[in-house]
Amino acid sequence: MILDVAHFVREEQPFWQELEECLSRLERRLEQRMDLAETRRFYYLYRRAASDLARIRTFAVEPEIRGYLEGLVGRAYAEIHEIRDAPYRLKPLAWFFETFPQTFRRRYRAFLIALAAMVIGSFFGAGAVLLDPAAKESVFPVQFSHLQDDPAKRVEREEHSTEDRLEGARSTFAAALMTNNIRVSIFAMSLGITWGLGTLIMMLYNGVILGGVAIDYILAGQSTFLAGWLLPHGSIELPAVLIAGQAGLVLAGALIGWGSAQSFRERLRAAGPDLVTLIVGVMLLLVWAGIVESFFSQYHEPVIPYALKIAFGSLELLLLFAFLLGSGRKRGRRLSGKAAPHD
Amino acid sequence: MIEPRNATLAVRTPEGVEFSLLLAGPSARFLAWGIDFGVTLVVALVVLTTFSILQSFSGDLTTAISILTFFVLNTGYNILLEWIWHGQTLGKFLLKIRVMDAQGLRLQFSQIVMRNLMRTVDMLPMLYLAGGAAMLFSRHAQRLGDLAANTVVVHTPTPKQPDLQQLLPDKYNSFRSYPHLEARLRQQVSPVEVALLVQALMRRNELDPDARVALYRELADHFREQVAFPEEASAGLTDEQYLRNTVDSIFRKSGEAN
Repeated sequence: MILDVAHFVREEQPFWQELEECLSRLERRLEQRMDLAETRRFYYLYRRAASDLARIRTFAVEPEIRGYLEGLVGRAYAEIHEIRDAPYRLKPLAWFFETFPQTFRRRYRAFLIALAAMVIGSFFGAGAVLLDPAAKESVFPVQFSHLQDDPAKRVEREEHSTEDRLEGARSTFAAALMTNNIRVSIFAMSLGITWGLGTLIMMLYNGVILGGVAIDYILAGQSTFLAGWLLPHGSIELPAVLIAGQAGLVLAGALIGWGSAQSFRERLRAAGPDLVTLIVGVMLLLVWAGIVESFFSQYHEPVIPYALKIAFGSLELLLLFAFLLGSGRKRGRRLSGKAAPHD
Repeated sequence: MIEPRNATLAVRTPEGVEFSLLLAGPSARFLAWGIDFGVTLVVALVVLTTFSILQSFSGDLTTAISILTFFVLNTGYNILLEWIWHGQTLGKFLLKIRVMDAQGLRLQFSQIVMRNLMRTVDMLPMLYLAGGAAMLFSRHAQRLGDLAANTVVVHTPTPKQPDLQQLLPDKYNSFRSYPHLEARLRQQVSPVEVALLVQALMRRNELDPDARVALYRELADHFREQVAFPEEASAGLTDEQYLRNTVDSIFRKSGEAN
C-alpha cells in the first residue's frame, strides 16, 4: 500500500508547526516552566512527531521530510529527557561562596594527590641544589634566569636599588602574570586527559623549581627575604596551581573510573560541572595573585618591611584555607534539609 | 580527506524511535575555527584601537588592557557564543554546524566551558593536530575537548518544511478524465517506484538538463508500460508532464474534484 505522502504531510503539518513553535519558545526562554496542560500537550506533540518519523521511515523514502522530522524530534527529545536544570541564571556570589568551596572539599583527594606530587618535586629540587649547586642551571627554566645568580647578591641589589624597576609597567606586569598563570592552569587541568600523567608531571616540575629556589635562598641565609618575596602572592598562586592540578586529576579520575559502576559517559558527566567550578575558581585566585605579585611582592625592604609582607602573606594563606574548608558548609546543610519536604 | 568512522550519531528514544545526527567532519570544523579566529582578531583590533586613546594618558594601562583583552577574547569568545546561541559561534553558524550533547540532550554550560578550555591540549603541537588525530580515532568524530565534555559537533538540520506545492501544481491533468485508469495506476505502482518518481521531480533543478531528459524519459516509459492511458490523454505531453500527471493521479485524494 502507498503512504499518501501529500495527504500525510497536509494532515500532520499543523502538529509539527505547533511543536516547532513550542520548542522555539522553550529554547529562547530557558527559565520558563510549563504548566501541566502545556506539558501534556507538548508531550503529545512530541510523541506524534516521533510516530510520524517512524512511519515515514518505514513506508516511503522521503529524505526531506525525514530530515525535517529528525531535527524536530531531536530537539523535542532534548527538552523532554533532560533532567538537569537549565543554566538560565548565573549566581556568582552563591557560586563563589558555596559551590566552589563545596566542590573543593568533595574532591579533596585529588587535591592531596596534586599536593603530594608538588611536595615530592620540591624535595627533589631542594635535594638536587643541595647536593650540587651547579644543578641550578638545569633546574631553573630559562625565563627565571635572574635566579641563577647568588641569592645574597640579588638581595643586596634589590634592597639598595634606588629606582623602581617596574615603574610605569606595573599593570602590564600584572596582566602578563595573570594571563600566563591562568593559561598554565588551564593547561594543567586539560592535561588530565592524559590519564593524569601530564598533570602530575606539571605539579612535580613546579615543585622542583620551588624547592630549588627555596633551598638556594635558605643556604645563602636569605630566608626572610625569600618569605617576604614569595609569600604575598605565592600563598594564593600555589594553592591555585594545586587546585588546577586537582581539576586535572578529577578529569583523570573520571577517565580511569577506578572501582566505579558508572559508565564512562556518566562519570564524565558527573565530573564536568566540578571541573568547571574548580578552574573558574582558580582563575579568580590567579587574578588576585597577579595583582599582588606586581604591586606588592616586588618591593622589598626598606620600601616595605619584610615582617609586613610575611604577615600579609600568612594572613592570605589562612583566610584562603578557612574559606576553602569552611565556606558554604552551613548553607549546604540547610538547603538539603529544605529540599526534602518537596520530594 | 579521511571520513570519520561513523558519519552519523544515532539516538534511540525510549519511545523506540530512532533519529540520527549528521556529524561534522574535520574540514568543516577547521574552517569554522578559522572564521572564528579571524573574528576574534578583528574584535581585538577594534577594542585596542578604541583603548589606544588612553595611550597618552597611561601607556602601562593600555598595554595591560590589550593583554587582558586578547586573552579574554581568545578564551571567552567560543564559550560566550556557544552559550547564548545554543552551540553555535559565528563560524559554526556560517558553516551550518552546531555543538550538541552526545546523548542528544540539552547542552550544559559546563560542557561548553569544558570543551573550549580543553583547546589548549587539542591545539598541540600546532594547528589542532592532537584534536584532529583524536577526531579520526574517536567513534563520533570528537576532539579531546569533546570527549571530556561529552559533546559532538553536528550539521544543523535545515528546518525546512517540504514543499509539495512545487510537486503538485494546480494544472489541468488530462488523466483525470479516466478515473478507472488512475485507480489502476495507484494499485500497480510500488512505494519504491513512487518515491523514485517524487524524488526525480523534487530534485528537478539539481539535475543536469541532459541527465534530466534522459532520466524522465526512462521513468515515463516505465510508467507508460504499467498503465496505458489512451492516445488523447497522453498525446503532446512531454515526459516530464507525463510524470507530473502520474504523481498527481497517485497522490490526489480520491474524492477531490479538479
